Amino acid sequence: MFGRFTDPTAEAFSALQHEPIVLYTVLTVVALGVLLLAVITFFGWWGSLWRNWITTVDHKRIGIMYVVLALVMLVRGFADALMMRVHQAMALGSESAGYLPPDHYDQIFTAHGVIMIFFMATPLLFGLFNYILPLQIGARDVAFPFLNNLGFWITFAGALLINISLGIGNFGRVGWLAYPPLSELSGSPDTGVDYYLWSLQLSGVATTISAVNFVATIIKMRAPGMAMMKLPVFCWTALVANVLILMIYPVLTIALALLIGDRYLGMHFFTNDGGGNPMVWINYVWIFGHPEVYVLILPAFGILSEVVPTFSSKRLFGYTSMIWAILVILILSFLVWAHHFFTMGGGVAVNTFFSIATMIIAVPTGVKIFNWLFTMYKGRIRLEPPMLWCMGMIFTFVGGGLTGVMLSITPADWQFHNSLFLVAHFHHTIIGGVVFAYLAGLIYWFPKAFGIKLNRTLGIASFWCWFIGFYFAFFPLYILGLMGATRRLQHYIEPSWQPYFIVAMIGAFIIALGILFTVLQFLLVIWYGIKHKGKFPVRENDPWGDTRTLEWSVSSPPPPYNFAVIPHVTTLDAYWHMKTKNVPRKTSGFSSIHMPSNTSAGFWAGILSLILGFALVWHIWWLVAFSFVGVVAVIIVHSFIGDHRGYYFSEALVQETENAFTAYLEAKGR
Amino acid sequence: MTVTAVETTHVAQHHCGDASIKIFGFWIYILQDLFLFATLFANFAVFSSAYDGGSVGKDFINLPFVIFETFFLLVSSISYGFSIVKMYSNNLKATRFWLQITFVLGAIFVGMELYEFMHLIHEGATPSVSAYWSAFFVLVATHGIHVTGGLIWMACMFVHLSCHGLNADNRVRLICLSLFWHFLDIVWIGVFTVVYLLGAL
Ligand code: HEM
Ligand SMILES: [Cu+2]
Repeated sequence: MFGRFTDPTAEAFSALQHEPIVLYTVLTVVALGVLLLAVITFFGWWGSLWRNWITTVDHKRIGIMYVVLALVMLVRGFADALMMRVHQAMALGSESAGYLPPDHYDQIFTAHGVIMIFFMATPLLFGLFNYILPLQIGARDVAFPFLNNLGFWITFAGALLINISLGIGNFGRVGWLAYPPLSELSGSPDTGVDYYLWSLQLSGVATTISAVNFVATIIKMRAPGMAMMKLPVFCWTALVANVLILMIYPVLTIALALLIGDRYLGMHFFTNDGGGNPMVWINYVWIFGHPEVYVLILPAFGILSEVVPTFSSKRLFGYTSMIWAILVILILSFLVWAHHFFTMGGGVAVNTFFSIATMIIAVPTGVKIFNWLFTMYKGRIRLEPPMLWCMGMIFTFVGGGLTGVMLSITPADWQFHNSLFLVAHFHHTIIGGVVFAYLAGLIYWFPKAFGIKLNRTLGIASFWCWFIGFYFAFFPLYILGLMGATRRLQHYIEPSWQPYFIVAMIGAFIIALGILFTVLQFLLVIWYGIKHKGKFPVRENDPWGDTRTLEWSVSSPPPPYNFAVIPHVTTLDAYWHMKTKNVPRKTSGFSSIHMPSNTSAGFWAGILSLILGFALVWHIWWLVAFSFVGVVAVIIVHSFIGDHRGYYFSEALVQETENAFTAYLEAKGR
Repeated sequence: MTVTAVETTHVAQHHCGDASIKIFGFWIYILQDLFLFATLFANFAVFSSAYDGGSVGKDFINLPFVIFETFFLLVSSISYGFSIVKMYSNNLKATRFWLQITFVLGAIFVGMELYEFMHLIHEGATPSVSAYWSAFFVLVATHGIHVTGGLIWMACMFVHLSCHGLNADNRVRLICLSLFWHFLDIVWIGVFTVVYLLGAL
């Protein structure tokens, strides 16, 4: 009846009983949750929440929901990071040193890695894609609005499932890629790895759905005249990232499914007995994992290619070489996976091949760096926050790339492998590259979504905290790695390491300050929103000035239908062209616009898949059957009674919406 | 007037999910499914001799039985083809007739596969015997689950067809399902060759 809940070895509630940290965290989160629900009920926001957000199929709103999810997960993942940093700063001595027992510490680094990659970076990326892509290509929505909503709710279910493991049961103690045999039943008999497997399967389904959607959108829905070589670079990187997703997520899905087979059905893929081979898993996850880092970093390059020209008031240097570099990276990213396990013993030929392929990737990446530098060269650079993040990114990412080349030298890697040198390297590229660039994008496009910019002073302070904090937090790890410190250490016995760990902790606290400033920025906006009763007034379409792409041609926030008239594109940087040619904005004579209808099917499918995942983790088979049938039924029922016809946004309403913006522009004298 | 007309078709293209976008999207889905099966084939190849000292595939593979199974699936692809031909000539009755034939053939295929699995398990060749048998079951069953999904979809299509006939939505659905069905056929040819033919050697 209650599956593994009745099995004492699964320790359903032991963390709550024996770990005060977990208990208080869970209590706080539950209290905050209840408070939030109470506030929503008190102000009577449920109806509007349901109509405008939960059931929405508007890519802009879904994009915002993705970003909110990602920022919450960023805080969660960062809290884990901070705990690890504090612990390691005091963990000199024995197992009982520091304040986290090994069992708990191991769960924290696993959860941190999984949450940051799959539930922070990916949703943040999808949030930006959702909001910006249709606007940049001059479309009114994505190709499949319902699938977009469905994808969000399944991502949400995955994120919730992984966080439930904090209170009920435990999380894996296996690292973010869960190497077997440790992740097999023999090594991890309780629920931790199962939470890992099912939350990633959910995230995988959602990511695949969204990737299909984005590829179809970019290929099929570009405004008339926008040939592929007139596509903004951000869209190009999005296209390639999503194609990569479609090629690699199946590999992850299968790898996870095979491990599920091992754990649930007694199969023998990655076990030590029965003819299984754990190295096969390691190959699968890295065939997925290496391109995955390019899924994350390519759009980061795309963001830079949008932001740097704007704040240099110049067009992007070398558009064509940029596109070719992206395509070359697409191919090369499949040829390097074994650099993650040179120590496997693949032999000289194998290791040499992967070593050289890895070094070659530095070439197209270097092309991009030079393109941005040449864009800035002789440009009129304005140091607004988005540009600061981009310059920080260029500076930092080059360093991370260089240590990457160090790691690609096989004999050297035998020394660096699994040391803190590696941890420093990938945070160097992922924070200095991915996070810096995504935050640049977030700040850059924020006024598009809400009509106002994030507070500038706080933004600059936040940047400097992240930037300086990053170097303090991770450069000691390079040194520690060279001194022989391995990753995932719950304690160490070498006293000379401790000062470095303490410096790293200080760095993490400086980053915490940066996050605090970001949170303050958002609180200010929420305050502004409350002052305007949740409706953000229409403002400047081109708040940064010198922007070049179509999203800046419509009001901020954009109307629900994005473009009253679909633009005809003749050149790259279509909006820049419109500005320089003084193409007038159409102010009357609109026709009605067809819009897709809201649907609750995605929400219910998400909730049911959360229940499905939970039931699978806890072996509650009747609930598995019930919720699985439920998910399928929701989709089938949606195909029958869902409103596929949509509705029309009437001419009068379009006119009224556009008039508001016209009035704003006239008031500004334009 | 003409301007408005152009506008509205344009709008339709952008929102009603014009058929070509849906079919294109479905192609993309199929491509990622292809990667899924490619991984499973690679997986089967990796473990193709990992018998762990237990029974080998050759001991159990009943080639004539599988050839019959294959026959049913291949013919079901042809009958689906007829169904689509009839759809293009707007003949609802014939469309449905050939779809029914397809359904029956597909169901026989799944039934035979289930029978084969039961037989294997009964004889002691279970997924937990060795990595070889794990890989065997996962590859063949993943295909079987896909076919079952196709059958459920087809069952829904009967209801859709009796509700709305051959309207635009249903045409797109039929075309997507046909892509899916033919794709599974092609994958099965791979399974038949790699798992059964090579296995029986
Ligand atoms: C914001 C500041 C961050 C800090 C202070 C931080 C800190 C840490 C620490 C202390 C570890 C454990 C290292 C060890 O094994 O000893 C770790 C691991 C890891 N971090 Fe971060 N991290 C941060 C951000 C991120 C971000 C943004 C991502 C990804 C988007 C990320 C991904 C990972 C991954 C994948 C691991 C490996 C987990 C494992 O060992 O399996 N981190 N991080
Ligand atoms: Cu790699």
